[in-house]
Amino acid sequence: MLAALRHRYGILLVLAIVIAVLPLAFPSSYYFRVASLVWVSAFAAIGLNILMGKAGQVSLGHAGFFGIGAYAVAIGPTHLGVPSLVALLLGCLLSALLAFLVGRPILRLKGHYLAIATLGFGVLVALVITTESRWTGGPDGMSVMKLTLFGWRASGSDTWYWITGGLLLAGTWIALNLDETPTGRAFRALHDSEIAARVTGINVNRFKLQAFVIAAVYASLAGSALALMNGFVNPDQAGFLHSIELVTMVVLGGLGSVLGSIVGAAVLIMLPQVLTVFQEYENLLLGAIIIVSMIFMREGIVPMLSKFMMGRRA
Amino acid sequence: MTILKVDDIGISFGGLKAIDGVGFSVEAGQIFSIIGPNGAGKTTLFNVISGIYEASEGRIELAGQDVTRFAPDVLAARGLSRTFQNLQIFQRMTAIENVMVGRHLQEKCNLFADLFRLPSVTRQNKETRAAALAFLDEVGLRDHADTPAGALSYGACKRLEIARALAAEPRVLLLDEPAAGCNSVETEEIDRLICRVAAKGIAVVLVEHDMKLVMKISDRILALERGRPLIEGSPGEVRANPAVLEAYLGKHGAREAARA
Ligand SMILES: Nc1ncnc2c1ncn2[C@@H]1O[C@H](COP(=O)(O)OP(=O)(O)OP(=O)(O)O)[C@@H](O)[C@H]1O
Ligand SMILES: [Mg+2]
Repeated sequence: MLAALRHRYGILLVLAIVIAVLPLAFPSSYYFRVASLVWVSAFAAIGLNILMGKAGQVSLGHAGFFGIGAYAVAIGPTHLGVPSLVALLLGCLLSALLAFLVGRPILRLKGHYLAIATLGFGVLVALVITTESRWTGGPDGMSVMKLTLFGWRASGSDTWYWITGGLLLAGTWIALNLDETPTGRAFRALHDSEIAARVTGINVNRFKLQAFVIAAVYASLAGSALALMNGFVNPDQAGFLHSIELVTMVVLGGLGSVLGSIVGAAVLIMLPQVLTVFQEYENLLLGAIIIVSMIFMREGIVPMLSKFMMGRRA
Repeated sequence: MTILKVDDIGISFGGLKAIDGVGFSVEAGQIFSIIGPNGAGKTTLFNVISGIYEASEGRIELAGQDVTRFAPDVLAARGLSRTFQNLQIFQRMTAIENVMVGRHLQEKCNLFADLFRLPSVTRQNKETRAAALAFLDEVGLRDHADTPAGALSYGACKRLEIARALAAEPRVLLLDEPAAGCNSVETEEIDRLICRVAAKGIAVVLVEHDMKLVMKISDRILALERGRPLIEGSPGEVRANPAVLEAYLGKHGAREAARA
């Protein structure tokens, strides 16, 4: 099973098996819900990891795109009479367009400056969502019409488990596809040495922008999926804390590791559920665990584990 | 045929002229060396020619066309390749992946085809890998194809950079101290490699401190001092000018050059 994780289809197969088998161990629908949350977050994290782990650019405002996706499927059907699926696609389109327009100037910035600029973008989106209450319900959020496909209504936590699981598989496949392609290599090249990438003919601004747009569309899709699943949206989904959560999933799981993003999302979603037994110390413990794991697993959980396994075999 | 023509180039940093009135031209298949003491402006000149710095004065022509102040990636597309004095390797990629990046301009790159890894992408990838392997072979790194670049020795990294630059099939290749930090065996390999490259019709512009190497393989040599051209001529002419050499290579360098 470990050897399989080195091949693209091996990873997909293992993931598919995990998704298929996991429900056998679920004692209640609550578990379906938590697992779906993991799949959705992992999906967004995988996209962000293409930007951060492959292309080496940071975004501290990525929940902004998540929020756009979420509110697209909320506002579209309710206020504009657009079917959910069309609203979802419009959300992706809007996110891609915004990423393109915002990314052009800000991706020329580096390091901290880029971090602050993307943070600003995220804050702005959250602000618009909170203040335009006529459309968005303001700070209280709004309810989302159920997804209906040809008369079939998608509801129930087990249904959404399979939908989000399928989505995660597709997102994983796309992200893994990039590896052995000119685009994927260009991302990694500009991460390692922007100057060398430029003199080998790579238009670094174009590729940074592509990575940013890809990550934005991933986040938007994840936002739409979560909103449709929950039947409800609120501004927190576009908020700064959620952006930080997404970045944490990527870094904790392992920058550049697709599998890492899934593991990172699983840890960050499940840990608080487990830690609720500690009541008021929950957040304190969560923070401590993240700090300690970053100290001892600087490269992230999955790269560290794979190194450990290889070391033992050698 | 003149392929690279640099005319009266100047650039300053905070009022200090790092390059001033430097000009030369290189023909296809020629090995043109630029020498000078530390801080003479050799690397800065390369940075200007390859578009990393913008010249404040002067004009650069590539294959007869004005390319002054063009971006590095545009210059690359026009046939300019280079290596770096301070290694600029893609550390987290394998050796062969580094060279495959060098093939970027030879590859078709379509985002959607890549996201879905269409059969055409897989096919092209195979071709790119085969081509990259040939370039690795050229620099003697075939056996290290799948080694992470970060784990290669310094000398191997130097050669990997040359392979990556050659993979772009350039018309002009700028080499910034390719033999620095290499032992005598490695230096000899690089010497032969440069000659092979030039024999293919590529114009090689070489910056190198190893005077023995420079005197042996150069067709012409330009000597810089504090950003200004001192003399340009054949190795014989430069060597026969001990007073000038001494001025910026020091007594030791002059002796070494005279012996070479
Ligand atoms: N970006 C920069 N900002 C300020 N000064 C610079 C910059 N780049 C180069 N210089 C200055 O230009 C001068 C020439 O430096 P350069 O690196 O080109 O020398 P060099 O001939 O390559 O030397 P070496 O043999 O040590 O490699 C130096 O005085 C250096 O400090
Ligand atoms: Mg230098």
